[in-house]
Amino acid sequence: MALKIVKGSIDRMFDKNLQDLVRGIRNHKEDEAKYISTCIDEIKQELKQDNIAVKANAVCKLTYLQMLGYDISWAAFNIVEVMSSSKFTYKRIGYLAASQCFHEGTDVIMLTTNQIRKDLSSPNQYDTGVALTGLSCFVTPDLARDLANDIMTLMSHTKPYIRKKAVLIMYKVFLKYPESLRPAFPRLKEKLEDPDPGVQSAAVNVICELARRNPKNYLSLAPLFFKLMTSSTNNWVLIKIIKLFGALTPLEPRLGKKLIEPLTNLIHSTSAMSLLYECVNTVIAVLISLSSGMPNHSASIQLCVQKLRILIEDSDQNLKYLGLLAMSKILKTHPKSVQSHKDLILQCLDDKDESIRLRALDLLYGMVSKKNLMEIVKKLMLHVDKAEGTTYRDELLTKIIDICSQSNYQYITNFEWYISILVELTRLEGTRHGHLIASQMLDVAIRVKAIRGFAVAQMAMLLDSGHLLTGNMQRNGICEVLYAAAWICGEFSEHLDDPMQTLEAMLRPKVASLPGHIQAVYVQNAAKLFATVLQKHEGATDSQAAQDTSQLLIERLPLFVQSANLEVQERASCILQLVKYIQKLQQKDVEVAEEVSALFAGELNPVAPKAQKKVPVPEGLDLDAWINEPPSESESEDEKPKAVFAKEEPKQSRARHIEVDEKELARRREARKQEQANNPFYIKSSPSSQKVYQDAPGVEHIPVVQIDLSVPLKVPGMPMSEQYLKLEEERRQKERADKKKKDKKKKKREKRGKGKRDDSGPESEEDITPAHQVDIVTEEMPENALPSDDDDKDPNDPHKALDIDLDKPLADSEKLPVRTHRREVLKSPEEDGDQDGITQEAKRRSSKEKKEKDRKKSKEEEKKKKKKKHKHVVEEEPPEPLSEEPVQSEESAEVAAPPTSTSAEASDLDFWLSSAPVPPPIKEALAPKTSVAAAPDSEPDVPKDAEPDEEKSLKNKKKKQKKEKDEKKKKKRHHHHHHHGDGGGGDSVQNGTVEEEEEEEPLPPMSNYCLLAENSYIKMVYDIQGNLQDGSQVVVSVIFENKSNSFLKSMEFNVLDSLNSKLQRPEGASPHDGLVVPFQLPPGVSNEARFVFSVQSIVMPQKLKGTLTFIVKSEDSSTHEKLDFKLHFTCTSYLITTPCYSDAYAKLLESGDLKSSSLKLEGLNMPFHHLLARICFHHHFSVVERIDSCASMYSRSIQGHHVCLLVKTANQTVSIDAKCDEPSLLANVLDEIKQTFSQC
Amino acid sequence: MIKAILIFNNHGKPRLIRFYQYFAEDLQQQIIRETFHLVSKRDDNVCNFLEGGSLIGGSDYKLIYRHYATLYFVFCVDSSESELGILDLIQVNIIQTHVFVETLDKCFENVCELDLIFHMDKVHYILQEVVMGGMVLETNMNEIVGQVELQNRMEKSEGGLSAAPARAVSAVKNMNLPEIPRNINIGDINIKVPSLSPF
Repeated sequence: MALKIVKGSIDRMFDKNLQDLVRGIRNHKEDEAKYISTCIDEIKQELKQDNIAVKANAVCKLTYLQMLGYDISWAAFNIVEVMSSSKFTYKRIGYLAASQCFHEGTDVIMLTTNQIRKDLSSPNQYDTGVALTGLSCFVTPDLARDLANDIMTLMSHTKPYIRKKAVLIMYKVFLKYPESLRPAFPRLKEKLEDPDPGVQSAAVNVICELARRNPKNYLSLAPLFFKLMTSSTNNWVLIKIIKLFGALTPLEPRLGKKLIEPLTNLIHSTSAMSLLYECVNTVIAVLISLSSGMPNHSASIQLCVQKLRILIEDSDQNLKYLGLLAMSKILKTHPKSVQSHKDLILQCLDDKDESIRLRALDLLYGMVSKKNLMEIVKKLMLHVDKAEGTTYRDELLTKIIDICSQSNYQYITNFEWYISILVELTRLEGTRHGHLIASQMLDVAIRVKAIRGFAVAQMAMLLDSGHLLTGNMQRNGICEVLYAAAWICGEFSEHLDDPMQTLEAMLRPKVASLPGHIQAVYVQNAAKLFATVLQKHEGATDSQAAQDTSQLLIERLPLFVQSANLEVQERASCILQLVKYIQKLQQKDVEVAEEVSALFAGELNPVAPKAQKKVPVPEGLDLDAWINEPPSESESEDEKPKAVFAKEEPKQSRARHIEVDEKELARRREARKQEQANNPFYIKSSPSSQKVYQDAPGVEHIPVVQIDLSVPLKVPGMPMSEQYLKLEEERRQKERADKKKKDKKKKKREKRGKGKRDDSGPESEEDITPAHQVDIVTEEMPENALPSDDDDKDPNDPHKALDIDLDKPLADSEKLPVRTHRREVLKSPEEDGDQDGITQEAKRRSSKEKKEKDRKKSKEEEKKKKKKKHKHVVEEEPPEPLSEEPVQSEESAEVAAPPTSTSAEASDLDFWLSSAPVPPPIKEALAPKTSVAAAPDSEPDVPKDAEPDEEKSLKNKKKKQKKEKDEKKKKKRHHHHHHHGDGGGGDSVQNGTVEEEEEEEPLPPMSNYCLLAENSYIKMVYDIQGNLQDGSQVVVSVIFENKSNSFLKSMEFNVLDSLNSKLQRPEGASPHDGLVVPFQLPPGVSNEARFVFSVQSIVMPQKLKGTLTFIVKSEDSSTHEKLDFKLHFTCTSYLITTPCYSDAYAKLLESGDLKSSSLKLEGLNMPFHHLLARICFHHHFSVVERIDSCASMYSRSIQGHHVCLLVKTANQTVSIDAKCDEPSLLANVLDEIKQTFSQC
Repeated sequence: MIKAILIFNNHGKPRLIRFYQYFAEDLQQQIIRETFHLVSKRDDNVCNFLEGGSLIGGSDYKLIYRHYATLYFVFCVDSSESELGILDLIQVNIIQTHVFVETLDKCFENVCELDLIFHMDKVHYILQEVVMGGMVLETNMNEIVGQVELQNRMEKSEGGLSAAPARAVSAVKNMNLPEIPRNINIGDINIKVPSLSPF
């Protein structure tokens, strides 16, 4: 026996081992492929031998060859043999080879299940370890299902080495076999607190990966992670946790508030840059999530920006790069704080590292404003000049265009400047982005009407100069610009000074060397120009010139008729014939100009690229349904019916589309005119600034002397963008001076109030008026365009299957399949295929089928789960907290540790989020609880009164599921808010009446929310509050309540703005865009959204019409619904509860500025304090002083009007004497007060 | 998640490849070539992050690499990994562990490309202790080295009688290799990145 072994190994001595193979390959550099093929032959021989050592050696060599790109899948079976060796040495080789080349399509994998299971339960920890490592690379759904239970028991192995590997591999198992997630999760969670740091780190790792894809399911772990974060010292774990928090905070703003303090502490204390960077990143994420809710975290932002600046200034390029990366995240929400570091970022443009330059460019994109756009673009143009690599230069070019065109040219104040920038960019050699420049030129020329004259002049020059025609340029695509130039010159030829010259330029023989599609445009637009020229000459009775033009065309067009390009040929021959005919008529002295130009009459309107897509599908139309009977299968595939189908379809929608457009256009024009009339931007641009250009139109005013050969981009006769910079400066200065004068006058006129906003800065964004009265034509959209549904989630994403509610208790059916016998496993509920004893081919097929079935099943199951959930919630039985059973019998059937109680968990999270020791900014989180406690009168069980909707929503709250925690929270916040309003009134009552308050009977609950609109699906109630910070804004809080049994989504809130009141839309949105309501409503749920309106005059009440559109999604269908409503802005809603001291109040009354008015209410039967409370609550007043049955009250409008009331009561009669500095406001407020009391 | 770990030399010759997602062999080679192409044209004094390897992943993925003398160590990772963390991982764990293990094993003074060339399998075994299935398994170097060492010892004890002659032969084979340059150093392996704390 021993002899045999020795003999075997002596044989082996002369086999090549891995080192020999490598050495051999290195020695055969010239004929490597040949050498390797002989080696592979040797390996094949070796694999045939019985000796496992020889086989292992061969497999080892194969692994090396695999790295070099050789397919070794043919040896898969031998690899399995080596894997199943009893010796660790060989086993390791086998598993390594398997991990390198096995995948889901490898059919021998199914032979490994039992081998792997054996290795997993091996007494040798390294056998287990090697098996786990290998499995992590080639685990398949089948393996995952069969081995999940074994791996789960390993998670509680005594050796941490195994535990950590088992924990880590669970992630792969979850991915392949999502059903295992819920049963395994409790144990995974347990491992977060494993005594071994490695295991802990692995568990954090896995949960972070899971949570990154479906964060909402892991919110309940936040307290645990928080504890880990504050206790762990392992930077790797800390980074993971902090990154995880970054993913969780957007879902739970309260979490963010809680995090800020520890994170800032870490930022201050850590020395590890990696940790610091991740902390900063997460703080940024927190700030982003808070930016809507919390007014200022300026300290934290400052800290972040400051730390990032340090990173960017560091000499280490990596830190610089990451600093810029993080900076761009801050930029999105807090552009101001980044803008102050413009210098630094511009510096980075000079960096030698291209990645850094690109990052800096990205940042610049977000940093531009009306004020600095020209300056930044000028800098970029310099860099374009300097840039060596074409890729970087192209990047610069696209960035310049991006920066300028972003949000509908928002930052461009001078389009002449922009056109000249574009023209300058055409001098770039070797750029690939000719078409980009071209499309910008077209876009600007079409949409900015005021610029057309200038644009046409520039384009004519481009056509004329011909530098773009030289052969070199064509290859790299800059000649695309000529496409735009020719089209603009043709379409807007009435602006041309010398159409004849341009026409000649367009018909040069050299043009024939341009790409076909450009030539086609040339030909077509030459015809347009021809029409213009004819018209020009006809008036002047100069028939010779007109005939010359025809002659020119007849001479030059044949060149194009011969073109190889079909389009060019067709157009040219058509036009040639036309011109010939015209010439005939001309010779007979017939006037043709009118008719020729009629060919090209009419204006083209810009249509949004997505317009067609957004036309909503009318109800009852199924686009996928056959219009005609589908051709029977036996019929040969004929092209014809298809073509008919394709042609008909667009025609139909086209017609409808245009119809819509007509109306829409008229409406929009009207709206736009109104808006412009209303918008200070458009009216107030001072006439002096326009003169600058009117006096010097076109090119003439540009000194030709400016030729400077050292700067390649300057071309004589071309406008220089730089001069605009200077001009712009001058213009702005002038404007500023004008404005100051105006301001002074204003200030004289009105002593106080409005002036407040004006001194915000020397030159705020709004102060810069555009140089032209530019009318940027918005792209047209169909009227009821659907909101773009962003269904860009990849349906194949494996992580989708892992979106599983982990807090729900485990059902019996969810236990992991347990090994008893192979046969048994196959009969497990998940499948019914049979694998054993069939050919491999069949096996593969069956496993595929099975997969599908599994998938279907799991879907069904999920549906069931959902149903169950509902039931569970309605019944309101709190699931009993089941304690985790200790795992003992390692391989027994006992699986799935029961989960911890869900409701407990949910409330735990709430509790943790709201009541833990709170740093100052978090106080608000605490507030809801306390306010609820303090104001029990609004609890649903306490009686009735005027707001059934309020009650209903509270009931809903009761019904709510744990899964909708966030909604619940929002809800709570809403309540908090409500009480806040309430409390505001109540407080001020107390201000004056603290003593009496306690003895008197309690106030009935009150609500300011009134019905906005309602239908069978949804009910909206709303309340309007003035905005303290901004005197021109009011906030409308709307509570949406889903009354149906369906899911409501894609809600869009839109209001038809009036001259006076406008819905504030995000930057870049057109005034007709609706605002997307930031949530969806499951059945029976309500939620609140807020909309900010800007108002100009507040002295009159207003009504705004609006529409809510939404999609009702039930199990089998989804319909598009809308609900019209009228928003009523009462004058009361412009008042803000403002406390006032009695001495100030007296002074105010004495000043004599106030007009007075009075009101008498009779037959009122309510206690005086109730009366006061009602006025306070419903009309936002506060009590200044109260003496018996007489009280003085005060309120202030958002624009600073004072409103004073003196309320007296005697014998059921209440008299109100009122004073205000704005009589009409006062009258309206009094009317509204009267109305309030007439209702009760 | 780490999607792939590639080690190749200055000429783009692969020294170790480890994909955590299946790609066919030819695609793997293409990825290596493309990655090499991207990485090799970068100066040594630019940052170690690269976006836009089109073959792997997509926009969420980044290449994080380090260049040591003749070798590039490239990790392709998604956004759940910390960039600086991975850099440290390459430096502190993969390289140093390798140095350490090899030092113990063979009394090498310094790890060089040749070690990787001839002992690809060993490098894989080390890597397996650091990264598993695309996730970082262990960051504590002592722990990693300890485990690798224990496994090597086990291999030796298993070899026993049968492995002895093979080792002798391979020792002889190794001896007549005077021409192989022994000290293609990996260079200054202990470049301390300022203020990066070791894990």
